[in-house]
Amino acid sequence: MPSIQSFPLGAYVVAASFLGDRPVFALGDGKVALVDGAAAETLGVHTGGLLAAARTEARDQLITTGDDGRVVSIDASGTLKEIAARPKKWIDQIATGPGGVLAFAGGREAIVVFPDGKEKQFAHERTVAGLAFAPKGVRLAVARYNGVSLWWVGTDAKPTEFEWKGSHIAVTWAPDGRHVVTAMQENALHGWRVSDGGGNMRMSGYPGKVKSMSWSIKGRFLATSGAEMAVLWPFHFKDGPMGKQPLQLGLSAQSVVTQVACHPTEDVVAIGYKDGSIIAARFADGDEARLRKAEGGPVSALGWDATGIRLAFGTEDGTAGLIDLAG
Amino acid sequence: MTETQATVTQVPVTVLTGYLGAGKTTLLNRILSENHGKKYAVVVNEFGEIGIDNDLIVESDEEIYEMNNGCICCTVRGDLIRVVEGLMKRPGNFDGILVETTGLANPAPVAQTFFMDEDVRAKSRLDAVITVADALNLLKRLDDAPEAEEQIAFADVVLLNKIDLVSPAELANVERRIRAINPHATIHRTERSAIDLDKVLDRGAFDLERILSLDPEFLEGEDHDHDHDHVHDENCGHDHHHHDHDHAHHGHDHDHHHDHPRHDNAVFSISLRGGVLDPQKFFPWIQEVTQVEGPNILRLKGILAMDRDPDRYVIQGVHMIIEGTHQRPWRDDEKRESRLVFIGRKLNEEAIRKSFEACLKAA
Repeated sequence: MPSIQSFPLGAYVVAASFLGDRPVFALGDGKVALVDGAAAETLGVHTGGLLAAARTEARDQLITTGDDGRVVSIDASGTLKEIAARPKKWIDQIATGPGGVLAFAGGREAIVVFPDGKEKQFAHERTVAGLAFAPKGVRLAVARYNGVSLWWVGTDAKPTEFEWKGSHIAVTWAPDGRHVVTAMQENALHGWRVSDGGGNMRMSGYPGKVKSMSWSIKGRFLATSGAEMAVLWPFHFKDGPMGKQPLQLGLSAQSVVTQVACHPTEDVVAIGYKDGSIIAARFADGDEARLRKAEGGPVSALGWDATGIRLAFGTEDGTAGLIDLAG
Repeated sequence: MTETQATVTQVPVTVLTGYLGAGKTTLLNRILSENHGKKYAVVVNEFGEIGIDNDLIVESDEEIYEMNNGCICCTVRGDLIRVVEGLMKRPGNFDGILVETTGLANPAPVAQTFFMDEDVRAKSRLDAVITVADALNLLKRLDDAPEAEEQIAFADVVLLNKIDLVSPAELANVERRIRAINPHATIHRTERSAIDLDKVLDRGAFDLERILSLDPEFLEGEDHDHDHDHVHDENCGHDHHHHDHDHAHHGHDHDHHHDHPRHDNAVFSISLRGGVLDPQKFFPWIQEVTQVEGPNILRLKGILAMDRDPDRYVIQGVHMIIEGTHQRPWRDDEKRESRLVFIGRKLNEEAIRKSFEACLKAA
């Protein structure tokens, strides 16, 4: 049986993750909590609110951004380092890529910070609403009004523009590099083939906005929130998910899915709901394991450790916790 | 189980509009600096002359997004959605949100954001649109700037500012013009945006439960003696405007209460009044009117008596978006009648009036 350890952290949990073996939680009140055994130590990171957080691909740092205009890294020992500052800007977008590259935005400019600390700016006509690196980290996708812009971050070349009318509010790049997918204001996803901008995959039917997207191992499925169940679009076919039925896992009669996190090694997805419950569901047969009962606020963050034994979670009303599948 | 139901309180949002130079920033600074024990998160277009620096003030580019639903008037403020989402990660740090629009802004996208976006709607509620108007220059602005008309049309509260710069007759004329556009806004006469804050905050103007009456609200006279905390200096920069307002008033007969002659695109209101409505006729009709006339309807509000319904039915709308609810039972001493007000442009008053009357319950 899985065991649960909970920490009442008292602030909206923006991200739940692991730095090596250490669970880490980014909190909306500007703090970050690092778990050591049975205790959670909180550190003040931002003077205002903390708006976004992403773990590095090396799993050694959490990068946080806030409405104090700062981008800060924190490692497993609790050492803080300011990576960038844009006073008075609300930095609400962050993405990390391989080798320590990262990108942030708080307005119309996306800023890439290279591992050597150099910054490069990428200007847009409209506000940057989502950021995602390509698997190798040399390209950056920027979600914006009426589409997505794909930049080669090491060059001054003009971006490749993929247009689709409407407000795109998040973006993710498939692990095999072949597709980019955005979430839209109108409760739908939109996908393009990176090679030629074709495909124009419309994935709709969600009753709510898609706030959480997670790729399964090898990028075979894209798991998404926003419906009464986790909706997983198959991307392992030649034409992507077009004409295929998505997998639908963890149907809830009373609640809606707010967070999804695919397991790092198995075809399993962790699903968090608005009612605070969390389950894990297996792709092959839809079998479900209940990990947390319905309580408290909506699940706002989920993150697996590297081995997929422990799942960190957090809720909007400030409860964070660890679920250990090994018991 | 009450434990599973996290109590979500919706944060009130006050929208401050007003044409350039009307006194919006002065009002905002007042709200922020007065000792009322409340803390506001503020969304401004530019920091400009905001006299207060805190981490709850955010500068935001007004980003108007069309919703992808085939309706060109369904526009929202994308930046507001993001700001509200960010603020909701630290609830409890503030009591309300103030949104200051640019002087040239049409308030519709701001208002519609609070109807159209599910997340914004779940966590916040539009409290009121406050429009600061400049008594000296408003008439001229209404003639040359459609945004100025829209700001008056959308207002729940109009702060008629700089009244010290106009004569009583001019003031009456300006108020008449405001009334012709928007008969239901509460007008407060002010100097330098001096106003008791409870007259602009927590108004519940978009709260269907609080729609009390659609009788025109008469001018709420301000106590002009209370603003002794400032002196009238000569830096108001109004001297050069004097020739303007003479011109703006040109051709008006101040002694007659007839309406300002409407230009083709002028905003005006239609007040409908009738007895008990047949819901089978009324609901399809209001759907159709708001679909067809939506782009021309800035706001609508109604208190309706439905056949075989013991409750008052209240509705409100912005462009094509309408919402309604059963409010409370009609009281015995209340006359069961229906009142519906449209504020908009190019509305076919006669057609709307006739088709509304066709929805009345057959006698």
